[in-house]
Amino acid sequence: MKTAKPGWGNRLLNAPYILWAAIFIIVPLIMVAVYAFTETANVFCLEARYKGQTYSYEIEMYSGKILKGDPGSFTLDPEMEGNVNMDYAKDMVAKCLGAERSEVTFTKAKPEYNRVSSFTFANIRTAFSGNYVRAFGQSLWLSVLATLISLVVAYPFAYALSRTSIRSQKIQMLLIMLPMWMNMLIRTYAWTDIIASGGILNKALGFIGLGPFKMLETEGAVVMGMVYNYLPYMILPIYTIMSKIEPSLLEAAEDLGCNGFGKLRRVIMPLSLPGVVSGIIMVFVPSISTFYISYKMSNGKITLIGDLIETQMKNQMTTGGLNVGAALSLLLMVIILICTFILNRVDKDGEGSVMV
Amino acid sequence: MKHVNRLIMALVYIFLYAPLLVMVIFSFSGGNHTSVFQVVEGRPFYYWYEQLFREGNPLLRCLWNSIQLGIVSALIATVLGTVAAVGIYRMKNRRLSSSMMMVNNIPMMNPEIVTGVSMMLLFMFVGVMLGVSGEKTNFWTLLIAHVTFSTPYVLLNVLPKLRQTDPHLLEAAQDLGCTPTKAFFKVVIPQIRPGIVAGFLMAFTLSFDDFVISYYTTGSSFKTLPVYIYNMVRKPVTPEIYALYSIILAGILVLLIVYNVVSAKTPAAGKKR
Repeated sequence: MKTAKPGWGNRLLNAPYILWAAIFIIVPLIMVAVYAFTETANVFCLEARYKGQTYSYEIEMYSGKILKGDPGSFTLDPEMEGNVNMDYAKDMVAKCLGAERSEVTFTKAKPEYNRVSSFTFANIRTAFSGNYVRAFGQSLWLSVLATLISLVVAYPFAYALSRTSIRSQKIQMLLIMLPMWMNMLIRTYAWTDIIASGGILNKALGFIGLGPFKMLETEGAVVMGMVYNYLPYMILPIYTIMSKIEPSLLEAAEDLGCNGFGKLRRVIMPLSLPGVVSGIIMVFVPSISTFYISYKMSNGKITLIGDLIETQMKNQMTTGGLNVGAALSLLLMVIILICTFILNRVDKDGEGSVMV
Repeated sequence: MKHVNRLIMALVYIFLYAPLLVMVIFSFSGGNHTSVFQVVEGRPFYYWYEQLFREGNPLLRCLWNSIQLGIVSALIATVLGTVAAVGIYRMKNRRLSSSMMMVNNIPMMNPEIVTGVSMMLLFMFVGVMLGVSGEKTNFWTLLIAHVTFSTPYVLLNVLPKLRQTDPHLLEAAQDLGCTPTKAFFKVVIPQIRPGIVAGFLMAFTLSFDDFVISYYTTGSSFKTLPVYIYNMVRKPVTPEIYALYSIILAGILVLLIVYNVVSAKTPAAGKKR
């Protein structure tokens, strides 16, 4: 392929995005790895002189946990948790020493941020222990289930869609994409209204003398939430690739003696494989990492790996929360990388890259 | 076979549209909870729509925040992505350009939660280092995050359009006396404009709808609509949000219809099919 005349400021053109991507794509991923393998803490390092003696204190920022130094009879007011600043840390030291703030002189008062205490496997070990392994297992199981169901539904749908008139295809594509433009939180929330024990579906079933069934708060509900939210991601790539299959190929297969099933198995399925691989990746990745769907569809009863990451990251005030959260994210990323790699192997031409 | 196809299609559409239908119907409920449809005396059927537009409603403020953030981040992402696409297109070094494409794919392939977590770690680290509180800067952190996850899509919309352009046209323009810059704006930009517009629209939609990444990069001073709704949805909610999203749905429908009518009438757009 011929390219346009190079020469003027090509480097200049590439510089902004290279820079942006380096800082905001690459560096954050490195940070995940760093946090996953270290213990970090933000501390106020204080050295206090009181009655001729020197005391050194280390107080964790935000949480106010005293990491080093004698706390004496001091206990932290729970109200102050998350609000500790340098000034309050000095007050704390004075209280620990049983002195007035004015009696204590501080020879050193330095904040130390993200102090990497040490390289450790502790976070990874935590990620491989009890609860977390169970959550990983359940996430994997439910998301595989959701992916399979999506595939089973989307494949015939995409096939049927690709055989309708061009006009109908255009309209139906819009119909499939339209719900995706509405916020997923709202749509998922609306599902909980439908399948709740006193919800619409149970009332309708009650009308014909069935139920009530417990649907919300089950694994099935979570899987349905995943299928609902990500089904279009399965339909779109499969449909796109099926609509490109030449009708003449099918005719040729017919002429050569293929029946309906043979056409499907020998022509349509192999040709649509890249679309299937794309679809599987695009449904599996968001399903395994979701935290909103599982939370809402199970009322917090089913904890998937996404929920655990969320809890850890929001518990950043306590030491180690960020580190465990980072370790879990790293593991999730590795699992997904492995799955994507295997899937791309299945699709040998490598056409099934994740592109919308 | 045909009937089976029809049945599958009908079921899928019912499945996809059931919650939207529930949303629209229940937005006219008079009760205080979304879970049951109630007619409450003294409350007209448009009660929650009226409530929605009351003075100082945080929902509307967050909606406005989301629109602002969407427009600003989509504009930046469009410029950044288009410039990068041109850069990659002209790049002679195959290794460099393919590794750039690989990096570009990372935010699209990574689960959103990992992108969110990684950016949160970065912002916390830098914020603490600079002594800036995240609460005050969270418009900027959100903006950076949104530009980061939407630029790849802009790039992927523009690059194929660039590859379709005819390099000879650019040469011709230069032979006829255009400076390279002028030739670029007069010849290349008009050819790739559909890609740029599609990229911008996609960037805006992604930003407007994003919840997961925003959730990890937000503070309390600037909340986007999805993050606000998430915090709200954890408790039983009033049909007010249903009313809001019914209006948004109506807006999208109107836009779609207008777009289709307009593109059906313009011959240029008609030819492309």
